[in-house]
Amino acid sequence: MVEPLNLILFSGTDDKLQAAAVLTAGAAAVGTPVNVFLQYWALDAFRADRIERDHGLAPEAGPQGRALVDSLRFAGQASWSDTFRQAKELGGIDIQACSLSMDLLHIQQTDLDPLVDGVEGITAFHINAGDGQVVFI
Amino acid sequence: MTLLITQQVDARGLSCPMPIVKTAQAMKSISSGSLLEVLATDPGSVKDFEAWSRTTGNELVERSVEGAVYRFVLRRK
Repeated sequence: MVEPLNLILFSGTDDKLQAAAVLTAGAAAVGTPVNVFLQYWALDAFRADRIERDHGLAPEAGPQGRALVDSLRFAGQASWSDTFRQAKELGGIDIQACSLSMDLLHIQQTDLDPLVDGVEGITAFHINAGDGQVVFI
Repeated sequence: MTLLITQQVDARGLSCPMPIVKTAQAMKSISSGSLLEVLATDPGSVKDFEAWSRTTGNELVERSVEGAVYRFVLRRK
């Protein structure tokens, strides 16, 4: 059995979420299962009514980084949410919301985009991660 | 020899990882032994398609480049 790739998404800016979506899609394309665990600001970005919004960029981007990211978008780059959706069509992707972050941010499962498969605690995440790599973004 | 292409993926203008994602999706819709042709403009796709072919076992039968367009022909495992 192929060990899964396990991503903990913490940051809620569009550039980091884009990077995470690309990692996920790339793994899905070679048949590697991916477990995605959403915490804090990444979880907030997956709210159904906010997912398509502008979530800003990491502080190191600066105005020049903003312009570069915008130009890639205008050239037709898929958004991070679209990239996740396409990756999920390939199968093997499980996206779970961290139950602690749900409490912290007062989010109900019905508030989340359908990309999110469910809610779990950190123990379930660790057990499902098996011997696969864990990446924190 | 002319290859009999079953399906084509036009990934021109798409950035990484979409050419591979679209290819992986399309590969599921054709039968074993059939050929898939992919057109892409992402320069990273050259190494991506080599690696993807090696890992998934779908053979990279042909590849060429014309101007800024890369062309790959893959046979489904």
